[in-house]
Amino acid sequence: MKNRNIDTAFLRGMTQRRVSRRDFLRISGLSAATIAFAAACGVKGQSNEGGPLTVEQFWSGKTGKGHINFANWPLYMADGQPELAQFTEETGITVTYREVINEMPEWFAGTFQDLVAGKSIGYDLMVITNGSQFQKYVAGNTLAPLDHSRLPNFAANAADSYKNSSYDAGNVHSIPWASGFTGLAYDPEKTGREITKLDDLRDPAFRGRIGLMGDLQELGNFGLWAVGKNPATSTPDDWREAAAWLQELKDAGQILAFFDQDFIEAIEGGQTWISQAWSGDIFQAQLADSPLQFAIPEEGGTVWTDNMAIPVTAENPVDAIKLMDFFYEPEVAATLAEYINYITPVPGARDKVLAHAEAAETDEDRAYLEELADSVYVFPGASDYATVSYYRAFSSPEEEQEYNEIFEPIVSG
Amino acid sequence: MGKRLRAKLAPYALILPGGLWLVLFFVVPMVTMFNLSLSQGDVVGGFEVTWRWDTYANVFENYHTQIVRSVWYGAATTVAQIIIAFPIAYWIATRGGRHKTTYLYLVLLPFFVSFVLRTFAWKFMMADEGFIFGYLKDWHLLPQDFRVLNTSFAVISGLTYNFLPFMILPIYVALERIDPRVLEAARDLYANPAQVFGKVVFPLALPGVFAGVLMTFVPAASDYVNSELLGGTATTMIGNVIQRQYLDQTNYPTGSALSFAMMAVLLIGVFLYARILGTEDVLKAAAR
Repeated sequence: MKNRNIDTAFLRGMTQRRVSRRDFLRISGLSAATIAFAAACGVKGQSNEGGPLTVEQFWSGKTGKGHINFANWPLYMADGQPELAQFTEETGITVTYREVINEMPEWFAGTFQDLVAGKSIGYDLMVITNGSQFQKYVAGNTLAPLDHSRLPNFAANAADSYKNSSYDAGNVHSIPWASGFTGLAYDPEKTGREITKLDDLRDPAFRGRIGLMGDLQELGNFGLWAVGKNPATSTPDDWREAAAWLQELKDAGQILAFFDQDFIEAIEGGQTWISQAWSGDIFQAQLADSPLQFAIPEEGGTVWTDNMAIPVTAENPVDAIKLMDFFYEPEVAATLAEYINYITPVPGARDKVLAHAEAAETDEDRAYLEELADSVYVFPGASDYATVSYYRAFSSPEEEQEYNEIFEPIVSG
Repeated sequence: MGKRLRAKLAPYALILPGGLWLVLFFVVPMVTMFNLSLSQGDVVGGFEVTWRWDTYANVFENYHTQIVRSVWYGAATTVAQIIIAFPIAYWIATRGGRHKTTYLYLVLLPFFVSFVLRTFAWKFMMADEGFIFGYLKDWHLLPQDFRVLNTSFAVISGLTYNFLPFMILPIYVALERIDPRVLEAARDLYANPAQVFGKVVFPLALPGVFAGVLMTFVPAASDYVNSELLGGTATTMIGNVIQRQYLDQTNYPTGSALSFAMMAVLLIGVFLYARILGTEDVLKAAAR
């Protein structure tokens, strides 16, 4: 073979160094620039520098503007928002109602940084669940301190259990919208027996038929109750014990999958037989003649609360707090509960529901309202609260991270 | 002088829009993410770069199962896709006649429906008591405990379905380019149909397969929608872990470290793949 057959470019490529010194310098210069640039791209501290505002600091000089922007979850008010129409009629304040909150992590991620930066998020009132995001909102000083002199209905009508919650003692930043229990739902036709306790989940007959929540606070609470620990007072050692119990359940193949709101489809479709479930969803299913049953496990269950809160940058907090208080009129609380089917924070609403039942036009409506008034999922008695606890409240981000690191491998593993 | 300078600058000017785009939407996010992966802190107090490489060690220690699983799902998906896509592409290229465009359009048609929605449809179809398996079980054609949903099979099937057009199209293009006279020549030399396919058609279609693998393996391995909707407790992919770390726990350092770890694994995988299959030939053939 003759030399001229070799491509000269190829020959050069094979015999010369690929990276010349000049190239090398250029690349390292670029790297230095990149590192300098990297340092500039960090995520800045995000807590509000000024510290928490006092009630006087926040409310002084604020006046009503006659219009409220209200962010809520889907299915938390009947179509057409009759309660808001009534509010507008009584006060002349108009309300723009948006069902924009679908899950807390997403809502938090979308609003928190604006709030910290002192920017408006476009809403004067929002409904947020107690839990880690709630605590971060508080820690970042992003929720307005409530002026209780403007909340007479709340003082008069709210149940005592909602006036001193573990996540917002003294209702400094929020008052409840609705609460629910997290317990076990099951299909008796499939399980063939009653399910009453968390230990039932270990029955080999239910292998691959159990659904649990992927949310670590929900999941952790059940694990903790299962090993006999109260979540509210649990320690990191308890968390590890609970995680081991859950891991064992998973390794035995008992758990089909981890769910969010879609747990209800899975159990109604027969994919799961037993599922960690929110009370109101099961009550609604029962109204539609589903055979599903709901039980708060003997060991213990969870109660959670969705709360009304005013973002610190709200343009019209004065009217927003008026609306918050309006929802605590028993009549209004009753019509809300009749639609939502979760626990109302106003026990006096029960009499109103019964009165509506008396006045109902059809037997069907009457039966529904009577069932609602007797439902422990909407008007629980004191004994129903005996074995439930809120999510674990964390005192520091490190503590929360430790909790997450212990339970996350169960879901992600 | 001015003219020469302009001629010198012209190529840079041409690359400016694309270059800026890359810097803004690729380099900046990458650097930010890399930074975050070496930071400590929380969303309220802020994150500070502390060069904590331990995060990477922890990530590999805690989530190597999911990384391996993602690669394995990606590989299984890719193989299944080659098996399914090749005959389709071959048929369209050789038997499509004047309707070729229509057939290609049909291949792309599902893409007019949202990715998530299509996966959801699978979820309904494959449910234990859904309208397929429910009836089959009622008629005792399937055992009562038969299950597809929430298994690895369901996730791999979903991935295969969702990325299939990305495999069909490049293979089709490669097959389309084969000169029919080459096939005639093979037959004239007494090659039987199997030999024509094995020794002529398939090697010539390899550039297409190669491109198809690149275009489907990487997105399939890092997907999280299919695992989220169709998977169970033992099908978690790395995408799901990252999504949970970022959105549910706002643990940005771990999420970012996982992303970089996965990227490294994929880059090494693709690099080895290219090396072993001798890409240069393949890419040259593709460029011809």
